[in-house]
Amino acid sequence: MSIIKTGAYIVSSYSVVGTLEGKGPLGGKFDYADGTDDTFGKKSWEASESEMQRVAAVGAMHKAGVAPSDVGAVFSGDLINQCIASTHGLMGLGIPDVGLFGACSTCAESILLASIYSSFVKDISMAVTSSHNCSAERQFRFPVEYAALRTPTSQWTVTGAAAFMVSSEKTECAVRVADGMFGRIIDSKTDDLNNMGAAMAPAAADTLLRYFDESGTSPADYDRIVTGDLGREGSSLLCEFMTAAGYDLYQRHGDCGLDIYDIEASDVHSGGSGCGCSAAVISAKYLDMIRKGTVRNMLFVGTGALMNAMSVGQGNTIPAIAHLVRFTS
Amino acid sequence: MTEEYKKYTVRHAPKSPVVKDTLRAFLCGGALCAAAEGLKNLYLFAMMSRDDASLITSVTLVFLAVLTTGLGVFDSAARFAGAGLLVPITGFANAVAAPAIDSKTEGYVLGVGAKIFTVAGPVILYGTVSGALYGAIYYLWRIFS
Amino acid sequence: MDYLYAFLVGGALCAVAQILLDRTKLTAARILVGYVVAGVALGGVGLYEYLVDFAGAGATVPLTGFGNVIAEGVRRAIDERGAVGILTGALTSASGGVGAALVFGFIASLIFKDRKQK
Repeated sequence: MSIIKTGAYIVSSYSVVGTLEGKGPLGGKFDYADGTDDTFGKKSWEASESEMQRVAAVGAMHKAGVAPSDVGAVFSGDLINQCIASTHGLMGLGIPDVGLFGACSTCAESILLASIYSSFVKDISMAVTSSHNCSAERQFRFPVEYAALRTPTSQWTVTGAAAFMVSSEKTECAVRVADGMFGRIIDSKTDDLNNMGAAMAPAAADTLLRYFDESGTSPADYDRIVTGDLGREGSSLLCEFMTAAGYDLYQRHGDCGLDIYDIEASDVHSGGSGCGCSAAVISAKYLDMIRKGTVRNMLFVGTGALMNAMSVGQGNTIPAIAHLVRFTS
Repeated sequence: MTEEYKKYTVRHAPKSPVVKDTLRAFLCGGALCAAAEGLKNLYLFAMMSRDDASLITSVTLVFLAVLTTGLGVFDSAARFAGAGLLVPITGFANAVAAPAIDSKTEGYVLGVGAKIFTVAGPVILYGTVSGALYGAIYYLWRIFS
Repeated sequence: MDYLYAFLVGGALCAVAQILLDRTKLTAARILVGYVVAGVALGGVGLYEYLVDFAGAGATVPLTGFGNVIAEGVRRAIDERGAVGILTGALTSASGGVGAALVFGFIASLIFKDRKQK
């Protein structure tokens, strides 16, 4: 059995985004939007990302009325080498830390792990993830001011972060993390750095098919099925995959990478990406819909492309992974 | 997953608008070169030798490209002009200035000092190596002819 | 007419690179390297000179012109100094452009700060 049943609740969440994201379609819904051209008042982009993690974590604790000493563990991750953004962002809080890397799937991975922890230990835990456009550009592509040209399938790393407070005890507006499933590493044999959607779509399909198979459910059983950051290209490929497997996803599918920007009006090509993308959108949009009752049962599939500049330089393909979490009201 | 999927994703992906891109690159690159020709004539008029006028023209373009890179507008302009700005010496200058500015948070020796060559290094290396290769051939040809 | 030829030749060299960027997997960095090496080769066999005479800045400003300068410099260095020129020619002739880019680039790193992409 791969489906893990948890008995935990997200009791609060706090999202932090950059300037471009704050001006996007979800602009008013984020808890904090930066007005300092994404620097967050810091001298390096890496420090800016750490600051986003700190603000998100403190914000979520504040909303839940919880002190750092009440939190049993924080499951954190980002895209920078050795998870340095979460390290520097969270080290001042003194909470036991579990550093995670699942590329852009880290948001789903950390929520699932925090829920497993909280239901097992009967304690409060937290999941925090972030990405920053400029630190990710530096890490994965080119210097920020370098005029690298983008192709239509390329995605735009979201400057965003979110923290989720997870508890074994239900509160008034809590969202239930009903169950979840960890993904398998799927090698789609693609190698185009500018087409992450194509690399990740097979992983999302694999996890969804395994989940439907084991749970005996179908897309019709869910109000929404939301992927992390497949973008326009990956979303279209995923829906084709699922149709070929006999599941109609078109009616219910949403993608955080498509939600966060006005795709036509901004120069983001295939959509947003990064673990801050799904974190901020899940927090600001979908958890809000569940709290308001417009969505009662949804699947969140966080997708991640597992690569770095070295692995691609050495001629490797880009494997991907997708972790699934089910939220209910 | 097989190679078939990879081929399918290539077919599935929207293509870059090659006609529009190429037209922009042609017009912008051409305009830049024509402007450079004007600049060169200006320097010739100021009594410079032909070689010097050509070099100072390049230096002027490099200066402007570095300045606009620092002001954060070069990448926006290049997004419009594409290869029209990248293939002229302005693209080389941007490739030097961008990592230099970008890596100053990592210090001036192993940050700026090393990373200034991220993109420019290969150009300098293979320019030098191919120049030396050509030189060796030219040297031998001189001996035997 | 000089301006028209500069426009046409310079524009054409850029257009070819743009087609390579859009239609192949070549990155901009590889195309720049390719252009310099192509310039050395064309300059070496003596063809690029004709293009420079014809199009002026249209031939010297694109990076192929940089390659041509290297080839010319190597040839001159060998004519003047013999075999040593094989090694000294390339960097000596490229020193103007490279020196300018490095010095200005360094000064820029002192003055400017990264800005978020728009």
